[in-house]
Amino acid sequence: MLQFTHLVKDPVGIHAGPAGRISRKAKEFPGTVITIDKQGTSVQANKLMLLMGLGVKGGDTITVTIEGGEEEKAAAAMKEFLEKEL
Amino acid sequence: MIQIHGKSAAPGVAIGPLYFYKSESVPISHKKIKDPLAEWQRYLVARDLAVSQLGALAEKARIQGGDTAALVFETHQLMVEDEDFEQRIHEDIFKNLNNASSAVCNASSYYQTMFNNMDGLYMKARAIDMRDIARRLNDILLGRIRGTLHTEVPVILVADDLTPSDTIQLDKNMVLGFVTSQGSPAGHTAILARSLGIPAVVEVGDLLKRRNRGREAAIDGDAGLVIVNPDHRTRERLEQKQAQQAHRRELLTRLKGKENITQDGRAVSLVCNITTPEDLEAVKENDGGGVGLFRSEFLYLRQNDYPSEEDQFLAYREAALQMRGKSVIIRTLDIGADKQAGYFNMEPEPNPAMGMRALRLCLTRPGMFRTQLRAIYRASAFGKLAIMFPIVTAVWELREARKMCQIVMAELEQEGIPYDKNVPLGIMIETPAAVFISDRLAHECDFFSIGTNDLLQYTTACDRQTSGVSRFYDPHHPALLRAIKMVVDSAHAAGIWVGVCGELASDLSMVQTLLALGVDELSVSPGSVLEVRDIIRKTNVSAIRGECVEEIFRDTEREETGEDAGMDTWFASDY
Repeated sequence: MLQFTHLVKDPVGIHAGPAGRISRKAKEFPGTVITIDKQGTSVQANKLMLLMGLGVKGGDTITVTIEGGEEEKAAAAMKEFLEKEL
Repeated sequence: MIQIHGKSAAPGVAIGPLYFYKSESVPISHKKIKDPLAEWQRYLVARDLAVSQLGALAEKARIQGGDTAALVFETHQLMVEDEDFEQRIHEDIFKNLNNASSAVCNASSYYQTMFNNMDGLYMKARAIDMRDIARRLNDILLGRIRGTLHTEVPVILVADDLTPSDTIQLDKNMVLGFVTSQGSPAGHTAILARSLGIPAVVEVGDLLKRRNRGREAAIDGDAGLVIVNPDHRTRERLEQKQAQQAHRRELLTRLKGKENITQDGRAVSLVCNITTPEDLEAVKENDGGGVGLFRSEFLYLRQNDYPSEEDQFLAYREAALQMRGKSVIIRTLDIGADKQAGYFNMEPEPNPAMGMRALRLCLTRPGMFRTQLRAIYRASAFGKLAIMFPIVTAVWELREARKMCQIVMAELEQEGIPYDKNVPLGIMIETPAAVFISDRLAHECDFFSIGTNDLLQYTTACDRQTSGVSRFYDPHHPALLRAIKMVVDSAHAAGIWVGVCGELASDLSMVQTLLALGVDELSVSPGSVLEVRDIIRKTNVSAIRGECVEEIFRDTEREETGEDAGMDTWFASDY
């Protein structure tokens, strides 16, 4: 299991656009379970609606957990993606 | 005339008849089903069709309004395909034996509630996206075709709320503007309206009654205003605004991103005058090349005590950051007895224009001056800042001000606070004294900026706010133009640049004259940038220079007519 935290810099947070892109990215790793946690509530990263429902705003810190399959590759991809987009 | 206040969702003015649009809502039959597998298959077919419809709409939106508009429907696509959404529908069909339409409604309501309960306007606005998706799926399931616009003339479209699908499917040649009683400025419909360039006002509530259909109305998308049966004057005012906006749009598309370069290849710096950091948006929007005059007075006038170093630092840093490396010239405090805040405790003066003001006040209250300079120097680490001092009348004043800058820099050095060691220091030329000694001042600073309003007031002994002297107040007075020439020549002889930041720089009839006199920089209100750029690009400086300079040294006809008129009045009143 791999884990890292990320500070969300986009002032609107995880809104529809980024949520869509995160879920698409997560779907690139079908054998891996990627979860995003905000203050104890966690959802799977490939589920757009739940991800939007998490209500992540700019300034929030999220914890990303990657488990199973191509863990390292998936973690690196998510990290790079979040740094760039959020 | 009825005025209704809503919220601005997309800028612009539209005038035309009101059309009440109602997207049909056929009731959905909530039936129990016997064959869940067949119903699930039915749903999957509908879902696939919805995905392909949304793909087509995204392309249509891309053509009409670009990538931002397309993204709205691409997001809808992702929402329809969402696993969790699908799982809810699957469960509802298999466990509760609900038909596909009810299952879609239930899942959609669940998410609408979720979005509505979330914080922030943005997420609440997503509820309508969810409703739009449910309607699309149910339209497909029920074989329903959505209502279109039945009109032969372009209209202002009024609706309770518009879904993004409604918005993009409407014939844009027939829609002048949108008004919705609900909606939200953060909604996708507002985003679409903005990217399509159609004015929109949302959240007008139930004030706009259906009985007004067909009546003429005007909407002001910037103010968030709907006016039914506008009177003649209102209509005229809005038509004028509309024409100005069309003109601006034309200028923007033609001149945005273009260089400020004359026909004969002279590059001119074209920058903006601003009063608060909020004005920076307008500078960027109008493609200003930086800030030529940041009036710092607002910091002092908005509160009941001297602004702290930190408050000032934040405002200056904001300007430095937002301009991203473009120069921002901050004018140090220009306040006098006529424009002071109570805490300044200044003695009333019989003649404030000639009294304790601007740099004089700063040199008299060094503590206050030092705070401002520290804030500016600290902010200089975050961009490209310059400082200029207002109302200079003698070389020693400039030297004292520079000395204060040296002290502040030494302090910051000692405290280990980063700052730019080469912040350019300039002065405003606003007094005849500064004009006459401009050759000496030029050797002791990095640039000049001519404040034509004060310079004209002090040169002609005319206060433009005193209505009685308006006949004697001539913004094109040859004395002012000769003064500008003298200042430019002094500056260039010393190898420094000179700008004009007074109203004369925004006077379109004078731009060519200023260029001919050799002015290097024009600092204008953000709204004037493109018009001035237009003139710069059409001017051939070398071709007009001789004539322009000759003109200001000639006995002009205007002066003669002025004398004649004066004599007439004199005789008339005498007899």
